[in-house]
Amino acid sequence: MSTLREKMTAQFGTAAGPVEGLFPADVPLFHVPRVQFSEAAWVMKEAGARLVAEWASDETLLGRGFGIYACYNRETEFLMVKSDTPADDPVFPTIKRKFVAAFRFERQMRSLMGVIPAGHPDPRPWIKHEDWPEDAWPLRKTFDPATRMPRVKGSYKWIRAEGEGVYEIPVGPVHAGIIEPGHFRFQAVGEEVLNLEARLGYVHKGIEKRFESLSWEDGARLAGRVSGDTTVAHAIGYCRAVEALSGSSPPARGLWLRAIMLERERIANHLGDIAAICNDVAFAFLFFQFNILKEHLVRTNHRLFRHRFMMDRVVPGGMAVDLDPAGVQEMHRELDRFAKEFERLVRIYDDNPSLEDRVRETGILSAEQARDLGMVGIVARASGQPLDCRIQAPFPPYDRFPPRMVVLNSCDVHARAWLRIEEIRDSIRLLLEMLGSLPQGEVRVPFIPPQPERCGISMVEGWRGEIVYWVQSGAAGEINRCMVRDPSSLNWLGLEQAIHGNIVPDFPVCNKSFNQSYSGHDL
Amino acid sequence: MLRILHQIFRTGVVTEPLPVEVEAEVVEIGAQLEDAIRRKFHRSLTIREVDAGSCNGCELEIHAMNNAVYNCERFGINFTASPRFADMLLVTGPVSVNMEIALKRTYMATPSPKIVVAVGDCACDGGIFGESYASLGKISNVIPVDAHIPGCPPTPADLLLGILKVIGD
Repeated sequence: MSTLREKMTAQFGTAAGPVEGLFPADVPLFHVPRVQFSEAAWVMKEAGARLVAEWASDETLLGRGFGIYACYNRETEFLMVKSDTPADDPVFPTIKRKFVAAFRFERQMRSLMGVIPAGHPDPRPWIKHEDWPEDAWPLRKTFDPATRMPRVKGSYKWIRAEGEGVYEIPVGPVHAGIIEPGHFRFQAVGEEVLNLEARLGYVHKGIEKRFESLSWEDGARLAGRVSGDTTVAHAIGYCRAVEALSGSSPPARGLWLRAIMLERERIANHLGDIAAICNDVAFAFLFFQFNILKEHLVRTNHRLFRHRFMMDRVVPGGMAVDLDPAGVQEMHRELDRFAKEFERLVRIYDDNPSLEDRVRETGILSAEQARDLGMVGIVARASGQPLDCRIQAPFPPYDRFPPRMVVLNSCDVHARAWLRIEEIRDSIRLLLEMLGSLPQGEVRVPFIPPQPERCGISMVEGWRGEIVYWVQSGAAGEINRCMVRDPSSLNWLGLEQAIHGNIVPDFPVCNKSFNQSYSGHDL
Repeated sequence: MLRILHQIFRTGVVTEPLPVEVEAEVVEIGAQLEDAIRRKFHRSLTIREVDAGSCNGCELEIHAMNNAVYNCERFGINFTASPRFADMLLVTGPVSVNMEIALKRTYMATPSPKIVVAVGDCACDGGIFGESYASLGKISNVIPVDAHIPGCPPTPADLLLGILKVIGD
């Protein structure tokens, strides 16, 4: 089977690429005329690739118009396609017909950058709400970030269902629990959900625009606050992209410690999710028990890394803190205790028929749906898709400690819970192996400021799934654009499909089994 | 079932006193606090949490306040689903433009007298997000705020202490 790169060359000739100036070099960029942007998508679709992300960059300060980018992946190969549009005619052909995931990416590009996906069926704004002026495009360079947004009159056209006995339930943005804001509309008959439409964007804080006014070093702090529960993975994603484009390479010890923190973040969040799934089916016992384990874990983080969630510990060039030998010992002891207690709780989870009755065959997202929607991370793996960028695009030390690819096929809430259990087991193994071979030396090298007009991309498997950062330096070597793609940008689409045919009272547990980030999606 | 019972007995009571560095302060205001909750809130302080644009870091710690280790219910603190039943709003995040209306409506729906506490650095001063086209900055730019609990995010102990101080006053 020929590679994606070969397919692109066969279709568009060697003149299309790979283009220079993108880092790392193993993610090639192909430049195609904008009329062929959707043809390139078709080539990728035919080759069985998935759409990783689609975004636009305002390159007017670099003497061009808008750059339209798409990133594709098949197995271990990642590839980018770029087209240029003139500033006065920012139109490009939609790739929505090839990739469902492009549906929201393109709505977002239109809303925030003002580039028009020709042929896209849904002109409604996304992230930007209907009471924003239509011609306010915050990601354009001509837009002053300090602009006070005036409210205008506007309406949002919801999908409606009509017929005898059909009713609608609006939920949010202020939800019942202690969770982030979003709005959900259910159409239901009796207890059964006919359709769910999510409307997000409530926590849009202008993160991508904010990056452009920060230094490269401060960018890591902002990346660590894209989604607070994934602070380590986002900071690693940002730093790896920036290090790729500037040519910095952190010392081995720094890389090991990053991976150790990444796995600790995975365990802590998975524990919280398993607990919350149990709680949503009224099994309070395990909710409290798993949360006790989580609390102990974050306390150890505080003792060893001086922050419960390890915020701001990952910096461009390496790590801001080191781990002393006593800390390594403590983590060994902790993991030993933790593993035993965890297994006791897993037996209880596995032994409980009333729990099983609620989580099995609930919220099914079929393997076919997961593939077509372009799901990533835990959602994809619980629906039969072998995707984990610790394995597909490994960065040190994962090249030496390959994670086990856990893939389940029951596609339901149980699969998403059990996958987390299996991943916690594997993370414990990885942690022990990494601690056992922690290299000596420095944890940080001085950060080299990037050259002008370069691009860097990185893929990091956070606990939710694949996080993508794409950074571009401007004419003076400043941040021209920082594109963030949290797994939630894709996986929210999956929740809407998984809920079909379920009963309304099962929505919370279905939602918890996905547990996507609102902040990471809204940016 | 036996496994569950066994685990319950093994675990025992894990709820613990607040960390040493804050314990003294808590003891100091503890007596006033118990009195305040009895007098002002009939032994139960009911809180509605509102995420007005946070990164969800503060939410993690507000959740942790409710876990078995911190167990905030022992102080008579409980969280409600509706602002109509709330004595206090715990508000996190810089206020995003898209949450401004929802936050104001939640505030209006909360019966007076009500206490508003801004939780986290962003809620106190806008944090790293500041004020922009999408962010209105600190909570007091949008609704009246009675107290602040800074931190990124504030730890569960900071939160408990912050709340105890507000109602102890």
